[in-house]
Amino acid sequence: MTVFAMLFLSIALMYACSKSEEEVTPEEKKITFSVPSNFPAPVYNFEDNKLSNAGFTLGKKIFYEARLSADKSVSCGSCHQQFAAFTQLDHKVSHGVNNCQGKRNTPPLFNLAWQKAFFWDGGVKNIETSPLNAITDACEMGTDIQTIVTFLKNTAPYPDLFKQAFGSTEINSQLILKSIAQFTAVLVSGNSKYDKVMRKEGSISFSSSELAGYNLFKEKCISCHAEPFFTDFSYRSNGLDLLSADEGRSHITGVASDFGKFRVPTLRNIEYTSPYMHDGRFYSLDEVLEHYNSGIKASTNLDVQLKTGIPLNITEKEQIKAFLKTLTDHEFIKNTLYSES
Amino acid sequence: MKLSQYFLALLCPIILLSSCKKSADEVTADTKSSFSIEFENQVNGSPLVLNTTTYKNAKGEDFKINVFKYYVSNIKLSKADGTTYLIPESYFLIDASKEESTNITLKDVPTGDYIKIEYTIGVDYARNFAGAQTGALDPINGMFWTWNSGYIFVKLEGTSPQSPATGNALTFHIGGVTDPNNTIRTFSTEINAANPLRVRTDGKPNMHFKVNAAALFTGKTDISFSTLYLTMGGVNSVIVANNYANGLFRLDHIHN
Ligand code: HEC
Ligand code: HEC
Repeated sequence: MTVFAMLFLSIALMYACSKSEEEVTPEEKKITFSVPSNFPAPVYNFEDNKLSNAGFTLGKKIFYEARLSADKSVSCGSCHQQFAAFTQLDHKVSHGVNNCQGKRNTPPLFNLAWQKAFFWDGGVKNIETSPLNAITDACEMGTDIQTIVTFLKNTAPYPDLFKQAFGSTEINSQLILKSIAQFTAVLVSGNSKYDKVMRKEGSISFSSSELAGYNLFKEKCISCHAEPFFTDFSYRSNGLDLLSADEGRSHITGVASDFGKFRVPTLRNIEYTSPYMHDGRFYSLDEVLEHYNSGIKASTNLDVQLKTGIPLNITEKEQIKAFLKTLTDHEFIKNTLYSES
Repeated sequence: MKLSQYFLALLCPIILLSSCKKSADEVTADTKSSFSIEFENQVNGSPLVLNTTTYKNAKGEDFKINVFKYYVSNIKLSKADGTTYLIPESYFLIDASKEESTNITLKDVPTGDYIKIEYTIGVDYARNFAGAQTGALDPINGMFWTWNSGYIFVKLEGTSPQSPATGNALTFHIGGVTDPNNTIRTFSTEINAANPLRVRTDGKPNMHFKVNAAALFTGKTDISFSTLYLTMGGVNSVIVANNYANGLFRLDHIHN
């Protein structure tokens, strides 16, 4: 008998030891952060920001809340649109409050949990703090944190939503940013045709031109646009201008050899994220490929790999384009879980 | 039933219980108390009065101060026997426009006689890149750069007739933690062993520091506002940080 009691006690203690598991509400689909099997371990792992349905729901609501901006017209979702993989369709550079034009093209938002740095120049170092610039920039949302905190405190149902997400009606910038991160870090795009081929799911395979494109891509592009994110997250110049109008990376490092360098962008969902480059100068993939073929300028910090450009004939261009389109993740773009409801 | 099985069953919860406990800090003192630090903001010995009073820098140039804020963090105390105590989560923002911020209280400090205090002028490397923070480190305090992650360690804004900027503005936002422009500086000062910081259960001592805002502009490099009137991180911020590293704080006295 005693043995049993002891065993029981130890089991009970084991239970008490383990972190209390989240209560799963049966009706609701549980929000999870899932790592595709062809992805490495993420950088952001929700260690200090426990993911919950309530936290995600709150973060998403804030993401789509236009009343946060100075003229109540712009939300995060205005510049980061789901149908464009969370970039701003057709806008060369971001378009914020009072019709103000920013200086850079809005990056798409997905697989952010694998990023160690944010923005085209890598200036921001944590996913949680990356919305701050948009909130305070006169040209984006044009407001300040105090105004947002006050608004949320005084606007139903936010106090209740904060209570559900964090157990208290306390609203401060930390909780606002943590809830937004519960939304943005959950945005994982890893179900494109490319992924399914790589994971050998079902009988999915590349067409012959897609395969030819993939082989060309591995030969000519992958040194910078590395798998599985299609970026190696380094900062480089791909020869857009002789003299860049935007300092880029050197704005952050203060190092002259970083002048005019930008983060190699992901090419996932590239079919939907035009216009392209840090200033949105190219509207089509054809223009981008022609740039690599014939348009590379000998900027001072031009990447050595591009000194002679990347010659591409018409067939090769079509094949690369066919491959790039296998990087589109339709499930991600159409997932209603991420939509403004 | 074999005896060993009883033992096993007994052992199990004991191991589990002890693994549950967070590893205790290396503090050995069994009693704790608090002490306070007062930061008296001055400019070259005169009280700091925002917006109205005119001061002179080391080059004899006139200036006024509208904003003066700085972080003091990672406060560490040492005893004569060489043992040290790092006060956990010690992050404080002193703001000359907020009287209450100039007197800080340090709680749960092991009692004892301390003969040295050191702290970071600014915020340690890790917190500059960490996720969303609250309290003194809340970005709401206007001391966080949103385009280049990291805190402004020392912020002085004002005017000088010498400044060629619009409105004769002076903008000194000192921060940045990566080489070659790392501006994290540590300040340390010995405490007279005859009158150490006596943290006692029945006594809450107060340390009184004088803080010289003009130290930003002299020390290693005398700054002229005609050439240096704006810095937000970078090489010029390093010049200013090297100036204030030793000259900003001076321990005046301790009330035990
Ligand atoms: C006016 C348009 C605009 C609005 C509104 C906006 N953003 Fe952005 N966002 C941008 C631009 C432009 C960048 C890139 C900035 C840069 O590189 O300098 C960006 C970058 C980001 C990044 C970093 C992405 C990366 O890969 O580096 C995140 C995360 C982000 N925004 C989230 C948000 C959130 C959350 C909000 C709402 C609080 C928001 N944004 C509102 C335009 C906007
Ligand atoms: C030497 C590194 C390098 C190589 C090789 C390279 N790229 Fe790029 N690519 C970049 C950089 C850097 C940018 C961003 C430049 C900027 O905006 O200033 C970029 C941008 C792009 C963009 C725009 C993405 C967006 O969202 O704006 C596309 C598309 C692209 N590259 C495709 C390719 C293809 C296809 C190849 C191979 C034919 C290739 N790249 C080879 C570095 C490289």
